[in-house]
Amino acid sequence: MRARKVVIIGGGVAGMQTALRLRALGEEPIIIEREAQLGGKVRNWYLLFPTFIPSADVVEPLMRAVKEQGIEVHLGCEVVQFDNHRVELADGERIDCDAVALCSGSTIFDARLKEEYGYGIYDNVYTSVDIERMMAEGRMPERSPRRVAILHCVGSRDEKVCQRHCSKVCCITGVKQAIELKKLYPKADVFNFYMDIRMFGPGYEELYHTAQRNYNVHFVRGRISEASPLMDGCIQIKAEDTLTGRPLRMSVDMLILLVGMRANDDNVRFAESAGLRLADSGFMRAADLFAGNVRSSREGIFYAGTITAPKSIGEVLNEGVVVADSIVDYLNKQEG
Amino acid sequence: MRRTKWEEYQKDIADDKYYYARSCIRQNFFPGSEKAFLDILRNDLGKDIFDDPLHTSCTGIGYHSDIVPFETIMTVVARQFALMHEAGYENFTSSCITSFGIYTEILNTWEEFPETEERTRENLFKATGRELVKPKSLAHTSDVIFHLRKEIAERMKRPLVNALTGEPLRVVEHIGCHYAKIFPKSGIGGSEFPYVLAGMIESWGGEVVDYPERRHCCGFGFRNYLVQANRGYSVANSQKKLESMAPYRPDFIVCNCPGCSMFLDKWQYTIAEMEGTTYGAHGHGIPVLTYEEMAGLVLGYDPWELGMQMHAVDVEPLLEKMGVEYDPSTKYLGPKGKYIGKPAAAAVNCSAGVTLYDIKK
Repeated sequence: MRARKVVIIGGGVAGMQTALRLRALGEEPIIIEREAQLGGKVRNWYLLFPTFIPSADVVEPLMRAVKEQGIEVHLGCEVVQFDNHRVELADGERIDCDAVALCSGSTIFDARLKEEYGYGIYDNVYTSVDIERMMAEGRMPERSPRRVAILHCVGSRDEKVCQRHCSKVCCITGVKQAIELKKLYPKADVFNFYMDIRMFGPGYEELYHTAQRNYNVHFVRGRISEASPLMDGCIQIKAEDTLTGRPLRMSVDMLILLVGMRANDDNVRFAESAGLRLADSGFMRAADLFAGNVRSSREGIFYAGTITAPKSIGEVLNEGVVVADSIVDYLNKQEG
Repeated sequence: MRRTKWEEYQKDIADDKYYYARSCIRQNFFPGSEKAFLDILRNDLGKDIFDDPLHTSCTGIGYHSDIVPFETIMTVVARQFALMHEAGYENFTSSCITSFGIYTEILNTWEEFPETEERTRENLFKATGRELVKPKSLAHTSDVIFHLRKEIAERMKRPLVNALTGEPLRVVEHIGCHYAKIFPKSGIGGSEFPYVLAGMIESWGGEVVDYPERRHCCGFGFRNYLVQANRGYSVANSQKKLESMAPYRPDFIVCNCPGCSMFLDKWQYTIAEMEGTTYGAHGHGIPVLTYEEMAGLVLGYDPWELGMQMHAVDVEPLLEKMGVEYDPSTKYLGPKGKYIGKPAAAAVNCSAGVTLYDIKK
């Protein structure tokens, strides 16, 4: 039986996992990646929750395996449009294929849109992505902050910025980063401001308790209403502790915004060109949420990773395997 | 301050030919400001602006106090727009922030719910026989001054600079809540970092003070002061802002809302009398200006012609800093040289000391 060509749009962990599994099943995957490097967003993370392993321990074996397996990779390539038999790139190249796996992930919410928090305007306001990068590069401030506030749900569950969905991984990221900060700055007071704490994954709830019991991380149920600069460069925040029903005002040395995942802008174009359906959130809508959550509404086009909804890395890796199996199953049926 | 997003919040402001809607309350609180606006536009900048004696209150205060129903205020507003059209204008500019919020809200309501526009159109015709024609552009008068700030800068006689030290004056700008907090896109710079007054200050040589409670409401809030028992809440909000800005030593405060300029000014007097606390230099208050007064000073207008003798906090320290020549003896003389009366000495002012003693006595 000839190897069948499957184009994988997106070379993050979902795309690489899908490609490796397809190769293991004897197919011919081709990865198209917009960036100059494989690895997607996970490449920029520092340690992964809940086990605190370096993100490189997940990404690098995948990247190595892709190379060792000789999988065809197109880097720095944008996909203009596609259907289930052809993918057209921005440089004019067309790739004929037997199926397509859309693994182009999601976009990090631009925290500048929540102007009340002053990101990009005041020093000492960071996003969770900045913190991951700063930790990975050893660029965290040398001087210990006295107080750090971590704000959950920035660009998630927020109708004002048209992002009604939950980004799922921010709560546990807030807990993880709070522990990392306490390890780095034991004398600092770290506060998490949350709407709900959603600890859905294995080991997450335990980590949430560890953060409070062993690291004395504070959790305040209430959203920060605004941030303003003080003369000494600190940030003044206002919030309401909704459990005690009292407003509070606090000055912090660092304000960290847990930015959510939003749907890629490309999704609309892709949906139009390939006849796919979008969910209300702008993410791709799977054929159904139970037995067909990696299938699209079009034959021969499949989804893996955060293209359909925010997910943890473990879930994305699982989907990579499932989507590859589904594609092979589909191709076998096509060939009768 | 680094702003990266405010450029996206821009709006079209007409260059000329404005229909002017006055405020109900400004002529009592800051009586020279509206005249200064008209003088600056007509005499200094050569613009066409129509001050229509036929227009009425927008009834915004009644609306926000639950006295005037929405249907009624929509019809009143429709009448203002009809008058504008009849006068041959299509660029509506309102002097009051509450009115500006009302006009914005109603235009948005008509856009979102076209049936309300149709109903209003019928109501207006039945009541007055007039025809509703919506404005081509709607701007607050501070938007207009912002739009023309460079033309004003070209004619500038006194920049916002300390004449003795050559340093830029440090200015606190305060934006009325109804300017952009209801519809962020209706204001220059949006609701979080409004640029309308900051742009004027920067263009005329001053420096904008950023302080923690910059975006906090002045406390005017209709229910806060209309209900006498709630007025402490209004004072408390102004006090919060004044305490937050005082360490930055601002030379003056400038506002674009009738209520904000009144309360930030007059509550300073109240706080000084109640608690003996003042927030400006040398134990005095921080002068509070309207943007028309600020533009007037920059263009070389006489401060008493601008009506600055009506402020609760004396403006003389600011005039001296700016090198404005003024005649102290004419401060309380009206336009025809008639004595208009003089307030008693107050702790917040240059001749502090007596009042506190009097109150205790």
